[in-house]
Amino acid sequence: MSLKKSISRREFMRWAAGVPLAAGMSVHFFPRLAQALEEAVKEYPLIWMQNSTCSGCSVSVINTIHPSIKNVILEQVLPGHQLILSYHGTLMAATGSMSLDAARETARKYQGKYVLIIEGAIPTKQEGIYGYIGEEEKPITMLQWVKRLAPNAMAVLAVGTCAAYGGVSAADPNPSGSMGAQEVFQMLNINTPHINIPGCPCHPDWFIGTVAKILLYGMPKEKELDQYGRMKLFYGRSIHNRCMNRDYMDEGIFAENFGEEGCLLELGCKGPFTSADCPVRLWNGGVNWCIAAGSPCIGCTEKGFPDQHSPIYQRR
Amino acid sequence: MKTIIKIDPMTRIEGHLDIEAVIDNKKVVEAKSKGTLYRGFEQILTGRNPIDAVQITQRFCGVCPTPHAIASSQALDNAFGVMPPDNGRIIRNIMQGSNYIQSHILHFYHLASLDYYRGPDIPPFVPRYEADYRVPETVREKLVEHYIEAYQIRLKAHELCAIWSGKMPHMASITPGGVTIIPRIDNITTSLWRLKELTDFIDNVYIPDVITVGQIYRDYFQIGKGCGNYLSFGLFDLDSEPEVTKRKRFFQMARMSKEKVYPVDVNQIAEDVKYSWYDSSSHKHPRQGDTTPNPDKPGAYSWLKAPRYNGESYEVGPLARLKIAYETRSNPKINQLIDETLNKLQVGSDELCSVMGRHIARALECKVVADEITGMIMQVKLEEPVCVPHQIPDSGEGMGLWDAARGALGHWIEIQNQKIARYQAIVPTTWNASPKDDKGQAGPIEEALIGTVIDDTNNPFELARIVRSFDPCLACAVHLAEIGKSEKTFRVI
Ligand code: SF4
Ligand code: SF4
Repeated sequence: MSLKKSISRREFMRWAAGVPLAAGMSVHFFPRLAQALEEAVKEYPLIWMQNSTCSGCSVSVINTIHPSIKNVILEQVLPGHQLILSYHGTLMAATGSMSLDAARETARKYQGKYVLIIEGAIPTKQEGIYGYIGEEEKPITMLQWVKRLAPNAMAVLAVGTCAAYGGVSAADPNPSGSMGAQEVFQMLNINTPHINIPGCPCHPDWFIGTVAKILLYGMPKEKELDQYGRMKLFYGRSIHNRCMNRDYMDEGIFAENFGEEGCLLELGCKGPFTSADCPVRLWNGGVNWCIAAGSPCIGCTEKGFPDQHSPIYQRR
Repeated sequence: MKTIIKIDPMTRIEGHLDIEAVIDNKKVVEAKSKGTLYRGFEQILTGRNPIDAVQITQRFCGVCPTPHAIASSQALDNAFGVMPPDNGRIIRNIMQGSNYIQSHILHFYHLASLDYYRGPDIPPFVPRYEADYRVPETVREKLVEHYIEAYQIRLKAHELCAIWSGKMPHMASITPGGVTIIPRIDNITTSLWRLKELTDFIDNVYIPDVITVGQIYRDYFQIGKGCGNYLSFGLFDLDSEPEVTKRKRFFQMARMSKEKVYPVDVNQIAEDVKYSWYDSSSHKHPRQGDTTPNPDKPGAYSWLKAPRYNGESYEVGPLARLKIAYETRSNPKINQLIDETLNKLQVGSDELCSVMGRHIARALECKVVADEITGMIMQVKLEEPVCVPHQIPDSGEGMGLWDAARGALGHWIEIQNQKIARYQAIVPTTWNASPKDDKGQAGPIEEALIGTVIDDTNNPFELARIVRSFDPCLACAVHLAEIGKSEKTFRVI
């Protein structure tokens, strides 16, 4: 089918800061990609698959402030580097098979050059029939999508705790047999380099930071990752060690009920068992974070979340 | 000749949904709405500590975790016999209000609006399907600009929520008996100024944009009518009445059938599973409901159950809330706002029950909610308690009823040995996107699709517009095939 052009040069300049596109250029699948070759702007097609997820990680990532989500998806996120969001079920304009063709086309054309982003756990029970996206002869399961798209990706980013380790979607008794990407890759013998960016949801800075690292310096070296496949930069130190309530703990002031001042250990705080930089990075533009709102850390960036941290509100 | 259309998958909704429509002589004669992801939350919750439900159920939905946190907290308040103090009640309302604003803005600009104009020619705006994009170039430029601006604005609504909830998505500071955050003066000031920015956007950008699109696509006030029954559990607790069904609410708990408003009797709610992939027994009240998945069940076509009120399907969401408020004249400001808008659009109040009507209702509600929580922020009292201590009983039952941005939400919990023995939730999209019930009656989205005239079966954008107007919280599929032959599928949009 024909896709009509509908953009003026002026407009394009506004969105694509500094990367002009000839007005009137006929648009096929990814016009910017074709042009990038000429202008030596490195472009990275992203295929973002949402599996067994609440979409909270997508919602969280679009909360990015500097760069804004506009900077991330429409402009050069870093000088000379541009992300092209070829497929994202919640954000893309296309619908129906055209949307999936965009994913297929990207995977075919940019073999070994696209970044696959996995959001959500992958249902594997009964060959994955518990979750599917689109149909060919039969429904295409999320598991099949991973099999098709992961082996030929340049890198895989597992965004959020469900994608990294299974998370809430794989919580006991795990009715859909859901797994994190790492486990599925092991099962299927997929060796594409991959990084976990956990969190329930994933903090936008952790995602953008990891992407920026790959764009400028390539895949992180082994020593930059911890044993759970996370960047030490963001997940290298515990919540507890940098917590604002350490003084209370040192003075022996513990909150016994919610809404009281004090260290939250007795109310189930998993800060001592959780690694992330929330106490210094804060959430949602720096307005707050869990513990500052009087609520224990529930360990949302950890492999054992939620089962190993349950009961959530009891001291471990 | 009959034809089957599938959109495969429908994007720009939250989650995974398929739509299948049978077309006869250009008209939809049958429609199937199919949930395509099973996550098994009811099973995951069983055996856990009851309070954990507040965190686990938020993960139903990352666009609207707030109502789940609140409905589960209410179910626990109810089971534990505690009621939040005023501060707790008010702060929960503020969290919910800010989540409405975020969700409504996101829905119009980022999920629905691209059905009506062409975005820029770069991914994720291309590829796109061809439709009757009618907006003139000047309007289009403005809408695209607002699409981008809306990203930044919805983020302020998230910040507003996080000021009180710790973080968004997935709130930290809510607990049975109230909330955990100790309010400070800076929370109040910074919230009010964020609300001011949000209100400016809603008044000067969002509502005018929806009206503009409504004027251009006037025919969409005639398309996608729906089932004509409306249900709301109500929004914003105004008092601390322990019995949730008797509590005074800003949007009252009520239902509307054949243009008349009635009280809600929760016992009339039952879930059918004849066409759902479950072996569980059918026609059960959610309190007794169980969930045994069977993806191979013959005849079934969805992972959603079919909730019905007194055997009938009900639409839930902003349109339901506003229709009930309008009819009962519970708040003169709402009636005035609706009348003014209808006047501007030159449409009748009956035409609100339509694709465009749902967008209008959502935008107007966004304004009403922003105004309401501005007042509530001023009611927060520093130095006063935010929650009451609670104890988990050995056994008990609880129910939480509340309206999420997308509509009526119910949580039901049964506790035994201080653990969750049973947990059931009916979420708004289960009402709206439900499959047929045991009697073969279509769900509200299915009903809204039936009768629709499809101009070009190779490009059935009408269907996508109808489905998205409900703001379903699930990705879709439309297949084309000729009935009577082996399924011939044209992949079209
Ligand atoms: S509140 Fe949690 S993280 Fe902070 S000091 Fe206490 S135990 Fe450690
Ligand atoms: S403080 Fe803990 S629970 Fe909160 S976001 Fe950080 S890691 Fe997750």
